[in-house]
Amino acid sequence: MNQTIYLDNAATTRTNPQVVEAMLPYFTENYGNPSSVYEFSAPSKEIIASARETIAESLGARPAEIYFTAGGTESDNWAIKAVAEAYGDKGKHIITSKIEHHAVLHTCEYLEKRGFEITYVDVDENGIIKLDELRKAVRPDTILISVMFANNEIGTIEPVKEIGRIAREHGILFHTDAVQAYGHIPIHVDEYNIDMLSSSAHKLNGPKGIGFLYIRTGIKMRSFVHGGAQERKRRGGTENVPGIAGYKKAVEMAMASMEEREKKERELRDYLIDRVMAEVPYVRLNGHRTTRLANNANFAFQFIEGESLLIMLDSSGICGSSGSACTSGSLDPSHVLLAIGLPHEIAHGSLRLTVSSENTMEEIDFVVERIKEIVKRLRDMSPLYEDFVKSAKR
Amino acid sequence: MYTEKVMDHFQNPRNVGEIENASGTGTVGNAKCGDIMRIYLDIDDNQVIRDVKFKTFGCGAAVATSSMATEMVKGKTVQEAMEVTNKAVMEALDGLPPVKVHCSLLAEEAIHAALWDYAEKNGITIEGLEKPKSDISEHDEDEEY
Repeated sequence: MNQTIYLDNAATTRTNPQVVEAMLPYFTENYGNPSSVYEFSAPSKEIIASARETIAESLGARPAEIYFTAGGTESDNWAIKAVAEAYGDKGKHIITSKIEHHAVLHTCEYLEKRGFEITYVDVDENGIIKLDELRKAVRPDTILISVMFANNEIGTIEPVKEIGRIAREHGILFHTDAVQAYGHIPIHVDEYNIDMLSSSAHKLNGPKGIGFLYIRTGIKMRSFVHGGAQERKRRGGTENVPGIAGYKKAVEMAMASMEEREKKERELRDYLIDRVMAEVPYVRLNGHRTTRLANNANFAFQFIEGESLLIMLDSSGICGSSGSACTSGSLDPSHVLLAIGLPHEIAHGSLRLTVSSENTMEEIDFVVERIKEIVKRLRDMSPLYEDFVKSAKR
Repeated sequence: MYTEKVMDHFQNPRNVGEIENASGTGTVGNAKCGDIMRIYLDIDDNQVIRDVKFKTFGCGAAVATSSMATEMVKGKTVQEAMEVTNKAVMEALDGLPPVKVHCSLLAEEAIHAALWDYAEKNGITIEGLEKPKSDISEHDEDEEY
């Protein structure tokens, strides 16, 4: 089998051909600047308005509460920095979790250097935030709670409804990074008391470079990107019209197919987990067994290092990802894996595989067979495994 | 990301294994940082490295540098083996990505640690050889962002 087996859908997804189709007219035909007055620009204006409606409807929000951005990272940056700026007089304390995406964590660290205090709430061994600790962390000067909807590495789904309730009870704003969740699990902003929500199109078969931030009406939010009067003067810059057109199509398709897709992904994923756990020794599943995204599997193979595993999988055309230090460009393994209590040496041997409904059982079978071979091969050359075997014999 | 030579040595590593009753062994690195290298040397009475084996826990670059380093010291005298530096190993592999340079340090350190073990066992000194550090991991300074 020489074709690519793509199991990294948490990193990005295949842009759906129908999404591409929906974008094309806005490159060569309807290329007018939406801010221009002439009739030629009307289709550009219209598609933006209609995409805003589609997205708002999918969240139980109002169109005026959806602001287009360049993606999830910008949305996270905007939400956190703008709240800090607008509500800094009220207080300088922000609560987040230890397993957020770097777009949130590094933004919080940036604010820490500028006089804000951040509480990074712990998670349990499955990656679920400790709600009692979150409650205890609330202070009179807390202005924002930012906790992700579902984790990008281990797939754990956070108790967003409870977090929203805690935030609401204390009059604190609640932002959620829903980049991995939006379009995959149903979200209703009022039901969950969400005040701000980040999303990125390319995680739901949409194009790269387009995202949105939901901002509940009434929240004081300054502009993050200064410039023209686009996005109700809150986000300057000519709109990414083809991207927005593609986003609309991707959202429509994701919402229509959600249940069916989820079922297919869960089937493939559960089969993958069951086979790996049964057939590979010294392996653990990271993240909650059931309260997790349907497409996510994350394993830690003892005695081996993740990057080696990835390169060998790549030689067989298999795309996955790892939380090992060598894949992050730093010397520490993933902060998420450390936060759920994995020792460093085990966190280095992690492998994340995220399926899509386009994968097949045959592909999963092939992948499991390759994992078994590769893990054995790497263990045979691992001094850690050698020591383990020798100490077991003693 | 990796050169053809690195990929070749990673996918077909030379000299993987153990040597029973080795003349010298050395283990360096740190599981916490994600790489550990162990080198076994079999050295004859004329101080020639007759055989060498390695085991490595680490990334592609760590495995490839281990493999290349063992090839480069095999058949050499212990004094000649001292000239197999991290730079020489890296050049033999046609280079490594900048973030992986520390992996090549590990190979040199592992050979030195094994030579040190041999020298201590036999009560000899090898010119230029220093007592190996047990942990050569290095940590990058946090950059301002």
